[in-house]
Amino acid sequence: MALAMDLVRSSEPDPINGYRSFELGEFKLTRDAYFATVDWPAKGQRHIHKLPIDYFLRAMMRDVAWGFFYGWVNFDHIFGTKNLYGTVEMYAGRYNEAYHLAGLSYVETFDEPVIMATFKAILADWVNAGFDPFAAPEETSTSVFGPKNGNNFEAIERTRLNTQRMPGVAGDSPLRDEAAYPINRHFLDVPQDDPVVRAEPGFEDQLSAFNLFKYLSRSDVTWNPSVTGVCKASLACPTTEEFILPVFHGNDRVEWFIQLSDHIVWDVQDKETGRPRAMITMRAGDVAAMPADIRHQGYSPKRSMLYVWENATPGLPDRYESGELPVYPVEF
Amino acid sequence: MAMRTIFGSLEDHTQGDAEIISGSVKHYVFSNMFAVAAKSAPYEKVVVAKNLEYVMEAIRAEGTSPWFACSHDEFVIDMDGDVTIEFVKLNEPNAVAPRDREGTVAVSGEPAGRRMGTIELKRGHQALLPAGAAYRFTAARPGVLLMQTILGPLSVQKWADICMHPQTEGVLA
Repeated sequence: MALAMDLVRSSEPDPINGYRSFELGEFKLTRDAYFATVDWPAKGQRHIHKLPIDYFLRAMMRDVAWGFFYGWVNFDHIFGTKNLYGTVEMYAGRYNEAYHLAGLSYVETFDEPVIMATFKAILADWVNAGFDPFAAPEETSTSVFGPKNGNNFEAIERTRLNTQRMPGVAGDSPLRDEAAYPINRHFLDVPQDDPVVRAEPGFEDQLSAFNLFKYLSRSDVTWNPSVTGVCKASLACPTTEEFILPVFHGNDRVEWFIQLSDHIVWDVQDKETGRPRAMITMRAGDVAAMPADIRHQGYSPKRSMLYVWENATPGLPDRYESGELPVYPVEF
Repeated sequence: MAMRTIFGSLEDHTQGDAEIISGSVKHYVFSNMFAVAAKSAPYEKVVVAKNLEYVMEAIRAEGTSPWFACSHDEFVIDMDGDVTIEFVKLNEPNAVAPRDREGTVAVSGEPAGRRMGTIELKRGHQALLPAGAAYRFTAARPGVLLMQTILGPLSVQKWADICMHPQTEGVLA
């Protein structure tokens, strides 16, 4: 990573607002008091696109935290990344029908360590003290706006737990420490009792259970799944959601959502063009697939618990893209 | 003002809805686990999500289940009600649930092995059902379990009965 950090291309701080600008290939990324600006070449000219800086940083934070995730991370209808697992495409306008048909889209592929190092450097420079891009708007400061004002490394460098089977199992990732992870203000009514495990002598390390709802009620981040069950390549990735999923996630495989509490409205669009496909309202107990040919963005008016279920079988993107696998998981 | 967290149950659940702009509501394989369990037989393992060979099953917990086993880890979340799980370490796990066979299998009769203990679950609790152990559930009152496993001989697929389709959805014209 030291080598990748050396490849980050950044300017000196702007004399007016204090922020650095960054270049990645032919892309140029700058910020000012309110906006991030993406600048790219097409048809012999430079083109620009602006995103509100709080939206941009929330999206970039997820892209970094998720390791570019499964498939497309659309920051909005113009700009985003596509994970090629080892390399990452960065695009502007490629998955916007109007831009692409007009020949104004641009795509460039980078080695994953280089784009990751650049995104981390952007977050380190552009996230001001007091602003947590993982938090719901009501929980964090508006210090994201305005001229450069310190940093918030603690918020952007959270460690992601690596769970092998289930949190709390002997030798596996730990449960959330109650002192370090207080109950979120929206989950104060969630029971905090623990399962009763009565193991016979010799089996103390083999029987395991935990309170998943308690675990989730103490999550200090939004829209950031963590693994709580590993059945071969089947990964249970529950998460707590509030406000808007900061990206339109484009699926390179089928993904499933199980709504554990409250409700989320999903805006589903065509993955390639962005044309609207559906609005799906999921309430507690609802189960729905996100097919392999869509992008989706969720709206959660109250902090809710969502069980995201992923299939991490290697090679799935090629199998869906080639048509070997149907984009819809079940025929009936 | 205090927020109220809404969980579902067999007695109290409301399925969401789908407004389809293009395509079919069937593409989303949209069901509600409580509605599924409300119409299921006790311990019927109804598949509510399927991703190739991997499945999530909604199970109505009521009374005492048969003994089950599996060649790989499974996980169960108690979504409604109180459930106790008994575990037995199988003397010959490969004979009951062969390593090359995936998904939950039924154990014939009483499992042969040492008692491992019990786990008592309430709503929101998750338990590991470890590979090589036999297990069975007991629920004094009807409840709902959500199981993460692999499609197996006991998995029941009845998608047309449980999912929204064009005749049932709240689709905008």
